[in-house]
Amino acid sequence: MRDYIYQRPMVLGLLLSAATTALLLTGMLAGSAGLDDWHALGALLGLAQPDAGSGTMAQIVWQIRMPRSIGAWLAGALLGLAGALAQAVFRNPLADPYLLGSASGASLGVCLALVALDGSLVHMHWLSRLGLTGAAFAGAMLAVAMTAALASGVAQTLRLLLAGVVVAVVLGAATSLVLQMYPHLLQSMQGFMLGSTAFVGWDSCALMLAALLPGLVLAMVLGRWLDGLALGEQTAASLGLPVRPMRWVLIMTLALATGAAVAHTGLIAFVGLAAPHITRRMVRWGARHGVVLASLMGGLLLVAADLLARVVIAPRELPVGVLTALIGGAYLLWLMRRHQHRGGVS
Amino acid sequence: MKPAGPIALQVTGLHVALSGTPVLHDVDVSIPRGRWISLVGPNGAGKSTLLSAMAGLLPVQGRVELDGADLYAMPAAQRARQLAWMGQSEAVGDDLSALDVALLGRLPHQSWLSGLDANDYTQAEQALRSMHAWQWRDRYVGTLSGGERQRVLLARALAVQAPVLLLDEPLANLDPPHQADCLDLMRNLVSSGATVVSVLHEISMALQADDMLVMQQGRVVYQGPCADADTHRALESVFDHRIQVRMVDGQAIALPLSLRR
Repeated sequence: MRDYIYQRPMVLGLLLSAATTALLLTGMLAGSAGLDDWHALGALLGLAQPDAGSGTMAQIVWQIRMPRSIGAWLAGALLGLAGALAQAVFRNPLADPYLLGSASGASLGVCLALVALDGSLVHMHWLSRLGLTGAAFAGAMLAVAMTAALASGVAQTLRLLLAGVVVAVVLGAATSLVLQMYPHLLQSMQGFMLGSTAFVGWDSCALMLAALLPGLVLAMVLGRWLDGLALGEQTAASLGLPVRPMRWVLIMTLALATGAAVAHTGLIAFVGLAAPHITRRMVRWGARHGVVLASLMGGLLLVAADLLARVVIAPRELPVGVLTALIGGAYLLWLMRRHQHRGGVS
Repeated sequence: MKPAGPIALQVTGLHVALSGTPVLHDVDVSIPRGRWISLVGPNGAGKSTLLSAMAGLLPVQGRVELDGADLYAMPAAQRARQLAWMGQSEAVGDDLSALDVALLGRLPHQSWLSGLDANDYTQAEQALRSMHAWQWRDRYVGTLSGGERQRVLLARALAVQAPVLLLDEPLANLDPPHQADCLDLMRNLVSSGATVVSVLHEISMALQADDMLVMQQGRVVYQGPCADADTHRALESVFDHRIQVRMVDGQAIALPLSLRR
C-alpha cells in the first residue's frame, strides 16, 4: 500500500486552507519594503489601537494587497481545477491547462479585447473586466476547438498534445501580430504575458470566484464519472457513462477556468500541472475530492509564489509568472527524469 | 446453426468498419442464455471487434438485440447494468486502488448525484475475493503486476453483476493456477444463470466452454458445441491445419503443429 502523507482528504484540505490563510495574512504585510507595518495589520484586524498612519495603510491593505492576494489564490485555484480536469479528461498526468493551447487562445482573446476596449489593465471598470473574461473564455474555447479539429477529435492523447502545441504557437504568433499593429498595448500585454497579480482588484476577484464555484461544483458532481474515465473511454462507455458529452462539458469547464485565470493574471505557467500532481502524491486520489484539493493546492502555490515574487527582490517585484515558470520548469524536469527512471507514471 | 432455448444476444446482418476499413461482414450470431461461448479465430479475424459491437460500443450497421430489445437504442445505464464488458489491454488509472477500480463496476447502478452504498462495497468485495485480489484492495493499481492487474479488472467487470459478460482475453497475463480459477469462475457464473462470451487465444482453454464461435476474416464461419468433432474440424480449418485437436482424458486440447515435422 502506498504511504500517503494524508490518508484522509479532509485533513489535507484543512491543512491547505490553514496554510493559505497564513500566507494570505502575510500577503497583507508584503509591500515595497518587504514585510512591513505589523501595527497597521493589527489595527485592521482590530488587534491594536489605530494610529495616524493606519488609515492610509488600511486603504492600501483593503484596496490593493488583499484583493491581490485573494486574486492570486483564486487564479491558482482555477488553474489547479483546470489542471486536474485536463489530467482526468486526457488520462495524461502531464496534461495541464496549456495543453490544448487554451492559455494562448485566452491570451489572444484578452489582446483583442484590449484592442476593442482601447484600454489598459489598470483601473479597468468591472464591465470591461467581464468583457475581458468573456474574451479569454472565447479565445480558450476557440483554441480547444482548433486543437480538437487538428487532432481529429480528442480521443488520441498524443495527437492532441501535438495539436495543442501547434495551436499554441499559431495563436501566440497571432497575438504578436496584433501587438505589432497596436504597439500602444505592448506595455499592458507585457505584464500580462509575464503573468502578474498586480492588476487584480475586487472586480477581478468576484469574476474569478464566479468561474471557480460552478467548476468545483461540477467536478464534485461528476467526480465518480471522472474516475470512470481513468479506465479508458470504451470501458467508461460500457459502464453507461455519456463519454462524449461529458468530455465536452469538462473541456468547456477547463477552458472557462483557464480563461478566467488568464484574463486577470496573465500567463502563469506550471501551477495547473504541479497542483494536481503534488496533491496525488499526498492523498489517495479520487476525482470527487481530488479536484477540490488540487484547486486548494493551486491556490496555495500561487499565493506563495506571489508573496515570494513581492519580497524576494523588494522594493522591486518579480513577475509571478516568471517565478512559477522557473520553479515549475525545474519541477517538470525532475518529474520527467523520475518518470524515465521508473519507466512509468509515478 | 441457431441454438435452441432463450437467446441472450442476437446479432443480425452486422457490418462494422474501423477507420473506414471493413472489419466485420454480414455477421449473424445467436448467443443462448446461460451458456459460456468462446470466440476464437486467427489474428485479425475480428473477434475483439465483434465483442465490442455486441457490447454496443462501436458504430455498426445491422442489429444487435439484448433479450429481444435493440441494444443500440437502449439507454446507456440500462445496457450497462445488463451487459458487462472487459476489453483487451484495458487502461486503468494508476492512482486508483484495487478497491476503487472494482467499485467503478458499480457505476451503472448509481445515479450521477448518488454516492456508493453498502451494497456497492459488498459487491466490490465479493468480486475482488472471487478473483483472489481482496488482499490488495488498498494497493494502488500502478504497483500491481500484469496478472494482478488483470484480476482486478476482471473483478471490476464482475462487480457490475450483469447477467451477460463479454470478456476479451480474460486469461491474459494470468499464471496457470489463476487461469484455472478464472475458468472455474466462468463456469460458476454460467451455472448461476449468467451468459459469458469470452475471446480466448489459448484454444485448449477455449475448448472448455460450452459452445464455440469460430471466426475468420471478419465472418463467423462456424458455431457449435465445443465437444463436437465438427467444431474441432472447423477450428483446425481456420488455422490452416496448423493445430490439431485431440482428446486427452476426456478433455479436448489443441496442439500447435510445426511445419518442420
